[in-house]
Amino acid sequence: MPEHGHDHHHDGHGHHGSELSDVELRVRALETVLTEKGYVDPAALDRIVEAYETRVGPHIGAAAVARAWVDPVFRAALLADASAAIAEAGIATHPGDHLIAVENTPSLHNIVVCTLCSCYPWAVLGLPPVWYKSFAYRSRTVKEPRRVLAEFGVILPETTQIRVWDSTAETRYLVLPMRPADTEGWDADRLATLVTRDSMVGTGQVLPPAAAP
Amino acid sequence: MNGVHDMGGMDGFGAIECLPNEPVFHAPWEGRVLAMSRALGGLQEWNIDIGRYWIELLPSDAYLASSYYERWLARLENLLVARDLVTKTELVAGHADGPGRPVKGRALTQADLGGVLTPGSFGRPATAPARFKIGDHVRARNIHPRTHTRLPRYVRGHVGVIELVHGCHVFPDAVVASGAEDPQWLYTVTFEGSTLWGPDSEAGLRISVDAFEPYLDAA
Repeated sequence: MPEHGHDHHHDGHGHHGSELSDVELRVRALETVLTEKGYVDPAALDRIVEAYETRVGPHIGAAAVARAWVDPVFRAALLADASAAIAEAGIATHPGDHLIAVENTPSLHNIVVCTLCSCYPWAVLGLPPVWYKSFAYRSRTVKEPRRVLAEFGVILPETTQIRVWDSTAETRYLVLPMRPADTEGWDADRLATLVTRDSMVGTGQVLPPAAAP
Repeated sequence: MNGVHDMGGMDGFGAIECLPNEPVFHAPWEGRVLAMSRALGGLQEWNIDIGRYWIELLPSDAYLASSYYERWLARLENLLVARDLVTKTELVAGHADGPGRPVKGRALTQADLGGVLTPGSFGRPATAPARFKIGDHVRARNIHPRTHTRLPRYVRGHVGVIELVHGCHVFPDAVVASGAEDPQWLYTVTFEGSTLWGPDSEAGLRISVDAFEPYLDAA
C-alpha cells in the first residue's frame, strides 16, 4: 500500500489563495488563530524552522563519530554515556539525557527504527528523512532487516549479526559505524566528511576515503 | 491501543523509497506544523506521550492515507479543540473569536529556542529497586490496553533478555491514562529473531525494544 506522499504541486509559494492546497489553507488558518489567541509567537516559529533547516543536523552526529575514531578516550566515553560525552566535548549544545551510541564491528551491524511512531535522535541527526517515517521502514525493519538493508544497497556477509534497536521509549540510538580503511593519519574534521546520516541510523555505510573533499 | 500505528512486523507496505538530497521540509507548511507543535509544548497543556496518543487516535484510514506532517496537523487541530484552546469554528474561519484561555505554561518566545531544541528529560528518581538485572530472562506481558502503551504487539508474550538498564523513566501508559508520571524502571530487552518470527526469521537477527517494568514478567 503506497503511503500518500507530499503534495509537490503546491509548494506554499502561491500568490493567490486559489493556489493554496487544502492542507496549506488549514496550516495558515491554524497559525493565524493560535497567534491571535496569544498561544504562539510567529517569530519564535520562524526561529524553530530555521534551527532545524540550518543548525541541527547529521553534521553533529558525524562530528561525534569522527572524534570517536581518533580519540579512544572519547570513544569509551561515548559508548558509556553518549549524552554526557557529546555535551562535555561541546559537540552538541542540547544532546538531551537519553542518547545511546551502539558500535558496529566486523561481526555486528546495528540498525535503528521506531515501529510505533518515528522516534529519531533529532539532537544529533536533525529531523528524520521521509523513508525513516515510512510505513515500509517502520513495519519491515524489525522482521527483515537484511532485505531492508539490501534496498539501501547494504549487503552484509551472512556471518554478520544484525541488531535492530526499536526506539520504543525516550532512549535514542546513534550507530557508531566502523572507521573506513585507508584513513590513517586523517584528523577528525576530514573523517567527519565520510560519515553519512544513514551510516548513523544503520541503513548505510560510511563513504570511501576517495569521497572526501 | 492495538492501532495501525503499531506496525512492527507487518507486511504489505512495499519497498522503501529513498529520496536523494531530501530537503528538511518538503514544503513550508511542514516546517510551520513542526514549529507550532514544538512551540505549543510551552503551554504545558499536554506532554509528548499525550501527543503521540492523539496521533494513534486518528481514524485508521486517515492515519494510513496521511503523510507524517499531515498526521501532526490533524493531531494538533484535534487536541486544541478537545482541550478548549480553540474552537472548530475558529479553525474553519481562520480567525480567533476571542483571546486564548489561561494555560498552565506560557507562549514561547524566540528566547526559548534552546529549550525547544533540547530533548525532554524523562529520567526520575527510583522509588523502588529494579526488579530485573542485565542477563535476566523476561517475558513481555500479553497485554492489550485500549489506551496508550509503548509495548509493541510483535513482542507481547515472547521471552527476551535484559540487555541494558536505563533507570526510572516517566511511564507513558500512566501519563495518558491518568496524568501521573508514575516513573518505572526502563530496560532494553533483546529478543532472538527466531523467537519473534519463528522459522520465517532472517538468520543472525536480534531485536530489542525499550520496555518499562510493568510490561515484563520474570521468565
